[in-house]
Amino acid sequence: MSEMRGPAGPGGPSVVCKCECDDVFLSKVEKVVSSYRGRPEDLVQALHDVQSLRNYLPREALRVVARTLDVPESRVYGVATFYSMFSTSPRGRHIIRICESAPCHVAGAAEIIDSLLDELGVEMGGTTSDRMFTVETSSCLGVCGVAPAIMIDDVVYGNLLAEDLPAILRRYR
Amino acid sequence: MSDIALTIDGKSVCASLGMTILDAARTVGIRIPTLCWHEDLGKPSVCRVCVVEIEGQNTLQPACSYPVSQGMVVRTNTPKVRKARRMAVELLLAHHPDDCLSCQRNLKCELQQLAADFGIREIRFERVLRELPKDESSPSLVRDADKCINCRRCIEACEDVQGVAVLSTANRGFDSVVLPAFGDDLNSVVCVFCGQCTLACPTGAIAERDDTRRVWDALADPEIHVIVQTAPAIRTSLGEELGLPAGTVVTGKLVAALRRLGFDRVFDTDFTADLTIMEEGHELLERIEKGDAPLPLLTSCSPGWINFIERFYPDLLPHVSTCKSPQQMFGAVAKTYYAEHAEIDPGRLFVVSIMPCTAKKYECVRPEMRSSGFQDVDVVLTTRELGRMIREVGIDFESLSEEDYDDPLGISTGAAAIFGATGGVMEAALRTVYAVVTGTELPEDGMEFHDVRGLDGIKEAAVEIEGATIRAAVAHGLSNARKVMERISAGDAPWHFVEIMCCPGGCVGGGGQPIGTVMSSRADRGEALYEVDRDMPLRTSHTNPAVLKLYEEFLGRPLSERSHELLHTHYTAKKS
Repeated sequence: MSEMRGPAGPGGPSVVCKCECDDVFLSKVEKVVSSYRGRPEDLVQALHDVQSLRNYLPREALRVVARTLDVPESRVYGVATFYSMFSTSPRGRHIIRICESAPCHVAGAAEIIDSLLDELGVEMGGTTSDRMFTVETSSCLGVCGVAPAIMIDDVVYGNLLAEDLPAILRRYR
Repeated sequence: MSDIALTIDGKSVCASLGMTILDAARTVGIRIPTLCWHEDLGKPSVCRVCVVEIEGQNTLQPACSYPVSQGMVVRTNTPKVRKARRMAVELLLAHHPDDCLSCQRNLKCELQQLAADFGIREIRFERVLRELPKDESSPSLVRDADKCINCRRCIEACEDVQGVAVLSTANRGFDSVVLPAFGDDLNSVVCVFCGQCTLACPTGAIAERDDTRRVWDALADPEIHVIVQTAPAIRTSLGEELGLPAGTVVTGKLVAALRRLGFDRVFDTDFTADLTIMEEGHELLERIEKGDAPLPLLTSCSPGWINFIERFYPDLLPHVSTCKSPQQMFGAVAKTYYAEHAEIDPGRLFVVSIMPCTAKKYECVRPEMRSSGFQDVDVVLTTRELGRMIREVGIDFESLSEEDYDDPLGISTGAAAIFGATGGVMEAALRTVYAVVTGTELPEDGMEFHDVRGLDGIKEAAVEIEGATIRAAVAHGLSNARKVMERISAGDAPWHFVEIMCCPGGCVGGGGQPIGTVMSSRADRGEALYEVDRDMPLRTSHTNPAVLKLYEEFLGRPLSERSHELLHTHYTAKKS
């Protein structure tokens, strides 16, 4: 498993603001989706590829996807807002997903959630002020055997205790 | 061996391969309730209202999409079925506003009807609304997403029938709702305002913008002279809005009802349909003779179609006739020629159109449509809104005595009446072009061009005129228009003249027509227009005496400078 990284802007973490649909970024999007030209069936994969650029799917990027794959914009938007792995609003460099399904809940996910939000100083769904982390809930991560679990980008952390969190987060800072 | 024997509610049914349980049940008079299913659209199978029990299966199945098979035993009326259907409707009601009494679709709502049919007296779930904003951005349509039940019928109408695809489901679970891309409003996406979604919608989630108040206000103002024009298609559809069978011809009662509502003059868009043929017919001949503008010439009567080509095929705009639509020609003529004649200050003249169309509401506020110096047409009402006004004052429509349109803008021919059916503009044009080219009239039995009639998506015809062949094509429904545009773009268009109507069936199937419009009612209304044509003493536009007089007294001749000033325009590319 590899760790997804957003491009680092000068002087700090990746810049994730609403105004970043500049020509340079859009030409990157065009390059990324060019291999899916005229292939509506590859929409989800194309969205993954585009999202890997900035950790979310800006509006202008979705319009490029629609044009290139020949899918109506309304459908592209529908798919982008349907799957919880996609985001249409800016997110931090790393996405922390907390499993909120029953097995993790029984194993103490609520305590993990409280500690994590406390540690990062954000609300659920929020992004840290340094734009480093966005915390989201997730449906079952499929690792019930190691509940409670969280996932940071592509890496799963299981059998969690609240006191493990600071050390884990330090690896990403 | 396509016959399949099955049993539904103990009745033996002989069905054929490919039929659904719903289809089969209908053949023996068993009515299974539906909600997301629509007879002209696909089978989304999302609402679970049509579920039935199939012997040997644990789970209920949706009758609208489940195919019949040999020996199948179906039960449509069991406690389990009734409970599941009721639950489906109750869950929908639990996040649907309960403002039925003041809803535009009150008494014409399929969800309301189901709740009534199922005898739902209480909803066991807490009512939680999504509280989504109402989209009132466009002059044509109002979208009230809180009333959306996610049946997806509008999506199919928009994407499959019209090929426009501005609507799709967005978000997930409780938050899922039908929206334009990015949640934008309809006025800022590529919506063409055809209103087919309003016919597809089972509830009040998307509807025409109601402009009846503005018309009542004008009628009540003694300082304003209010005139009305009625589109060709209204005379065979208004009856349906008021409870008569599809395709009833109500021309005379329509005129009488409009007088009772208080309009100062009741005129006919058919008059300017004839005028359109004069202008467009000559434009066609000029393009063929001079070769200075591209062929095929594309018609320009249908504002939804104009919106479509501006957004999706702007490169082909030079093909579009410069003629305004009959509605807009009427407005321009009314506020100049008629105002002059009747000695009325055009600033005090209020022009109302009764149209089968929601896109006409947008057309009348276009900046191009002010050639009289005023907004040429002030308000457009759909068939449904006129029905509402007639009901509001309690006019007993059926018992009205028939009355005639006023002179001079109420005089018309059969050629104009058929504008309301797909192929009608083409047929009317061919009748006049023949006469202009040959100097002789078509014989009465050669007047009808059956190749361009009917509901096939794309129709073609070739007409011999003095040794030359005029090739014509007709398309209705924008997904068919798209196919024709692709052929023109590819240089594979052997035609001189192409008629495009935005809505399936042409204007008889327009987005402002009565709720419940389906393909079969479109066919009935179209047939009725051909009947109107057959019964008219004059059947060619160039023989309309009032149109000839208009040229003599005011316009000069077709394509004259004044014609160009008032009756023609140019459309421009819109971002898509």
